[in-house]
Amino acid sequence: MSDAILSALGALFEGVRFLFAHGGPNVIMISVACVMFWLAIAKGVEPLLLLPIAFGCLLVNLPLSEVMHADGVLKTLYDFGIGNELFPLLIFVGIGSMTDFTPLLANPRLLLFGAAGQVGIFVTLLLALWLGFSKEEAVSVAAIGACDGPTVIYVSNMFAGMDRIPTAMVGALAVAAYSYMALVPVIQPPIMRLLTTKKERAVKMPSPKGKVSKAALIAFPIVVTVITGIVAPKGLPLMGMIMLGNFIKVSGVAPRLASAAENEIANVSTLFLGLAIGGTMLGTQFLTRETLMVFGLGLVAITIDTVGGVLLGKIWYLLSGGKVNPLVGAAGISAYPMAARLVQSEGQRWNKHNYLLMHAMAANTGGQIGSVMAAAIMLSLLKGLGII
Amino acid sequence: MNNTVFGLTMLVVGMGGTLVTLFIITLVINALALFFPVRPDEEEKK
Repeated sequence: MSDAILSALGALFEGVRFLFAHGGPNVIMISVACVMFWLAIAKGVEPLLLLPIAFGCLLVNLPLSEVMHADGVLKTLYDFGIGNELFPLLIFVGIGSMTDFTPLLANPRLLLFGAAGQVGIFVTLLLALWLGFSKEEAVSVAAIGACDGPTVIYVSNMFAGMDRIPTAMVGALAVAAYSYMALVPVIQPPIMRLLTTKKERAVKMPSPKGKVSKAALIAFPIVVTVITGIVAPKGLPLMGMIMLGNFIKVSGVAPRLASAAENEIANVSTLFLGLAIGGTMLGTQFLTRETLMVFGLGLVAITIDTVGGVLLGKIWYLLSGGKVNPLVGAAGISAYPMAARLVQSEGQRWNKHNYLLMHAMAANTGGQIGSVMAAAIMLSLLKGLGII
Repeated sequence: MNNTVFGLTMLVVGMGGTLVTLFIITLVINALALFFPVRPDEEEKK
């Protein structure tokens, strides 16, 4: 009887024994989860994502946790919605429904800022290859330059599903992507000031005069979907889902669907995606030199994106005889609408009568399309080169 | 294909492809504005 009681008590303390014997990485990752809780709750950094990611990280790193074992709750969520790319795509339906392309359609040439804002993806890809990452790992790391969490998860998970990159790397990439998206207000302003003169930053741009009809707004998502399908079919699910969400909204005939896409679908997918991603952050697999390099390269990617956008803005400033404010170029990334608001506040800092918001919104929505298009083209090139 | 050739190919074709595709989309948006101009009743609402 006493043996049975001792064995039972021993089973209760098995977790504590494990923690002292092999729990170093788990303790570090539980601390990381606590930092993410603090960032989300106290600092308001991407709480919708950081809270479930951090909780998933906590759950998987508790001693003897079985949440990521076969049939474990997080493994089930992972297989259900990440392994088959479902959750990132459902989130894209919500993003599309929340995006207003009117400023872009009123001023379409600003879409080109959305291309310049992707240069970080391709330069980082080259850097990652030189640092010794495999081709698939380098493409996944470079995708952080898209400034778009679901795109990063979609691309990296495709390779994880083929066993070309470790599953734990998907978690590192997702956390890096979302962290840097949240840090855009910290990363961008110094670069914007460094690359522009006071005179350039103070350039006042008149409000866009072009008006947009409802029919054009409805036709736009269909046309972009068709073009993506023709040019880069491997990325069609990404662009197709964003444009589906937007199409439902602008059609104006299915407000319940639009509301569901913006709220229920996006919220439930975000919660499950965050938990499942957090579940990949097991200490023994996550704490590697590669993870640190992923975070370093992610920062490089977003920095180069901003440099690319502002430099195109400077070229445009010169070509237009000083009529384009180069700061608008910094909004050519996918962090919507944060990057646009940042350009507005930075522009007003140097000229109180400057209202760059509509131009920046156009560049920012261009950045959303540009990031997804860049990822789509990258995947199609990989298929063309016989890599996937 | 070695990594440098792969990286440079992706940089040139990937970035170039993105730029060209987005340029095509700007042309299409301009065409949409021509085909679907703002109607007078929409103008009044605005």
